[in-house]
Amino acid sequence: MSAAISKSLESGLAGRQLSFRYDRKLPWLFRGLDISIAPGEAVGLTGPSGAGKSTLAQILAGFIKPLSGSLMFNDKPLPQKGFSPVQYIYQHPQLAVNPRWTGGQIVAEAFQPSEELLDMLEISADWLNRYPHELSGGELQRMAVARALGPETKCLLADELSAMLDPLTQALIWRTLINYKNKGLSLLVISHDRHLMTKVCDRMLPLKRFDQP
Amino acid sequence: MTCCRTGESRTGFSFYYFRHLILALLFLLGLIALRLFLDSSGLGTNLTLMEEAPSWRHPFGTDSLGRDMLIRTVYGLMVSLKVGLMAATISALIALTLGVAGAIFGRWADLAVTWLVDVGMSLPHLVLLILISFAVGGGEKGVMLAVALSHWPSLTRVLRAEALQLKSAPYVVISKKFGRSSWYIATRHFLPHLVPQFLIGLLLLFPHAILHEAALSFLGFGLNPHTPAVGILLAESLQHLSTGCWWLGVLPGLLLVMTVKMFDVIGAGVKKYFTPYKD
Repeated sequence: MSAAISKSLESGLAGRQLSFRYDRKLPWLFRGLDISIAPGEAVGLTGPSGAGKSTLAQILAGFIKPLSGSLMFNDKPLPQKGFSPVQYIYQHPQLAVNPRWTGGQIVAEAFQPSEELLDMLEISADWLNRYPHELSGGELQRMAVARALGPETKCLLADELSAMLDPLTQALIWRTLINYKNKGLSLLVISHDRHLMTKVCDRMLPLKRFDQP
Repeated sequence: MTCCRTGESRTGFSFYYFRHLILALLFLLGLIALRLFLDSSGLGTNLTLMEEAPSWRHPFGTDSLGRDMLIRTVYGLMVSLKVGLMAATISALIALTLGVAGAIFGRWADLAVTWLVDVGMSLPHLVLLILISFAVGGGEKGVMLAVALSHWPSLTRVLRAEALQLKSAPYVVISKKFGRSSWYIATRHFLPHLVPQFLIGLLLLFPHAILHEAALSFLGFGLNPHTPAVGILLAESLQHLSTGCWWLGVLPGLLLVMTVKMFDVIGAGVKKYFTPYKD
């Protein structure tokens, strides 16, 4: 019984004793921070601007190396090579897609998304022939979500992913993500939208601002 | 030109906007046509026609052996174009490889590339050209190699800077987390962005290559004295300037300068086509 519990605690993404600051002269964003997200769980990361929410998400995604601490996935170090089970979605989809690729190339960079997924995000087939500057932010963000929701994606870090979008597209994307969450996807949600957070997240993790260097 | 990708304007090509480019291309095509249709018999010596001033029969005059200077100049320019094209292409490919490698293979590769660029740029061009050409034994191969191996540093710097910028682009960071290899990222993400810069760089290298080829031949480290290369024509003309044969140097020199300028114009036109918003 206790073995089963400890096993379930270890699965999913976990950051252990993470510390980070951008410069020696700057205050720590966090020191010795522990964070874990179980499969099928949605954790909301809250805090004032500059508290390090995006930095923490980018560390969890493996974009930035923490100054100390480690990243574990299912109790093993998070793999640095190959398709990462932890995927990150940017706030601005225009920057997150190659402007010289067509929608079809963008969506299928990691894997060919199923018709079902494209339908769920209401991505129409003729967008796939267009270039990013011929698509709106909402359309691009839906593509960015579609390409990240691969069969091997176990955890999605949503950094203000719907802040720039109209309410309809927001609802569409979150409905899709909740659908995947119910199938076992872990979510880390960063948002300033409290109502969205209470709706989507199972628990909140407040990040405070360290002001002392 | 508002945009080059959407709807109508994607296929639209404004002749007025690109008139310089078109004129320059026509000039070069005319030169090639001259090379193809001019009778090569004028290349032989004709001692009855020594040192004739420009006339309708011989627009560029004749030299001290009675050879038609227009034909010699056109033939010489074609040799220069061939050498220049090869040398500029090799040079630009070296620049592309080094520039991308510097960005892809991390800090040490980048340091090595910047060091090579610094070394390449700090060596005096002409000395390096003469050294390389002399070392490989001169001739067409020597000139080509010398020009190819001495012209890549500045373009490498430009391409490296572009590639470094792309390296930290969010879509490249994401591509890495999709498990994509360095080769995939270099060819699929970097190259489409670098191709315009590469082509413009290639075209702008071209005039340099031609001029340096002419300079090498002029100094006697390049092509064989009996091949009609522009540099050799100019070197020969020096001996006859004092006897009043101004056309031997002035007219081939003028045509060389015009040809080089035309490549510059084509380079600028292509740049305008790829980046219509800049300057």
